[in-house]
Amino acid sequence: MVQLLDAWLKGAVLEVQEYIRLQVHTFRGCFSRPFYFRDVVEQFEEIGVGSLTVVLLTGFFTGAVLALQTGITLDQFGARPFVGRLISASMVKELGPVLTGLMLAGRIGSGIAAELGSMVVTDQINALRALGTDPIRKLVVPRVLAGFFMAPVLTVISDTVGIIGGWLIAVFQLRVASSLYWTSVVDGLYLDDAWMGLIKPFCLGYAIVTIGCHVGLRTSGGTQGVGRSTTNAVVAASVAVIAVDFFVTRLLITLLY
Amino acid sequence: MSVETSGTATIAKPDAPEQPVVVVDNVSLAFDDKVVLKDVSFTLLPGHTKVILGASGSGKSTILKLILGLWKPDGGSISVNGHRVDQMNERELMEMRADVGMVFQEGALFDSLTVGENVGYKLYEESDMRADRIDARVAEVLGFVGLNEFIDRMPSELSGGQRRRVAIARAMAAKPSILLYDEATTGLDPITAISVDEEMIKLRDLESVSSIIVTHQLRDAFFVATHEAVRRKDGYDIAPADAQKCDEAEFVMLKEGVISFEGNAAELRAAKDSYLKSFLS
Repeated sequence: MVQLLDAWLKGAVLEVQEYIRLQVHTFRGCFSRPFYFRDVVEQFEEIGVGSLTVVLLTGFFTGAVLALQTGITLDQFGARPFVGRLISASMVKELGPVLTGLMLAGRIGSGIAAELGSMVVTDQINALRALGTDPIRKLVVPRVLAGFFMAPVLTVISDTVGIIGGWLIAVFQLRVASSLYWTSVVDGLYLDDAWMGLIKPFCLGYAIVTIGCHVGLRTSGGTQGVGRSTTNAVVAASVAVIAVDFFVTRLLITLLY
Repeated sequence: MSVETSGTATIAKPDAPEQPVVVVDNVSLAFDDKVVLKDVSFTLLPGHTKVILGASGSGKSTILKLILGLWKPDGGSISVNGHRVDQMNERELMEMRADVGMVFQEGALFDSLTVGENVGYKLYEESDMRADRIDARVAEVLGFVGLNEFIDRMPSELSGGQRRRVAIARAMAAKPSILLYDEATTGLDPITAISVDEEMIKLRDLESVSSIIVTHQLRDAFFVATHEAVRRKDGYDIAPADAQKCDEAEFVMLKEGVISFEGNAAELRAAKDSYLKSFLS
């Protein structure tokens, strides 16, 4: 029992140590040569444009279902015209960043872990090193930069289509006047809310991609190992999204409000 | 000693023909309680071949990864071209690897790149060579391994033997003076394996590349050790080598991480040791 606990603790400390080392190495890679610009552009397209469909659909239906649900509740207080205020505040401050983060964890977290994991078990990472290329600079830095900068962009898009989804339900289902909805949307938003909704995705995007890269590069055990890494990356990144969201929200509330 | 400046670091190459290009001296490595290598020592002379034999799990591939600096030994020293690999940082290792190519098990070709991009990878990504010169070099090395018409194919469209030959072309594209082959013929049918063996012989004899071949395929090991490539007006011939040439290929037998035999092909065939006999039978 003690031996098992000892092995588990050693394993956990090693994982944390390797994760921190990866981040330090990645940070250095962002600001020194060689810099693989073409790979960075490719990853911006892969992570940004490639995730657009899933983010659009998630944002739209979340906004729509939020309008449906809150419409019923607000009716009890005769406050149906305020549905726009509730949707904009919920989407921009919380649902947009978190749901976009969870979608990215599922899509790119798993993709990165599977791709890098496959490269590890087929010796392609060793081949890269043998050919004089640093795998962190070539593979991790472009993905981290793309995740860090594209997550906020995707979140803004998700927020926007969520509010549009809410507008469609508000106008055609709840029979709220369009002008009233949009006035309510603007009234419900404060500058601090916008900051919170913009800052959080940077942290979430960074966490998702670094976890995917770390888990992928630590893959062992052939194709079975790749499957295990993919699952671990999605689970770890999803939990990280919720946890990071909580801590960043707590910090921003202290700083902004 | 001649000195070549490449990038930020300086790499010196030995001038004396008999100065070893690779020195493995008392190298040991263990993972937790499992001893992988114990006091392994050997040298590789320029233009020579070192064949490392052994059963699966005997530490053969580990030696190549240590020479290339992918792993660090627990004890002992490894030198390539006179420089201590085991004491280099990652940047210095990148410089050292400019002169060392490696053919991995199964090829380890990059799935997302075409054959041409795989072969020219090092030149496209890590050199200042002009694109047209790189294209010419890629065509040249693919011609050398007889795969010119596959330049735009993806690795997934190739057979096992073709993948190994592309891997050899990739390893030789930047003209390294040392090539490491990790089970380059394992899993191939005999005819394809012979074609891969011939590529190794051609590189050694026509391009003066020093080679370390890790394998447990005895037939391929003996073929490479006992044949030579001779340049002809219209190409080359692979023919049985004379005794002096045969002596340039040395065998090392690993048994549970320890060297149990070292000698040439004739000495290996004449060995009385029961383990060697069972391995050769």
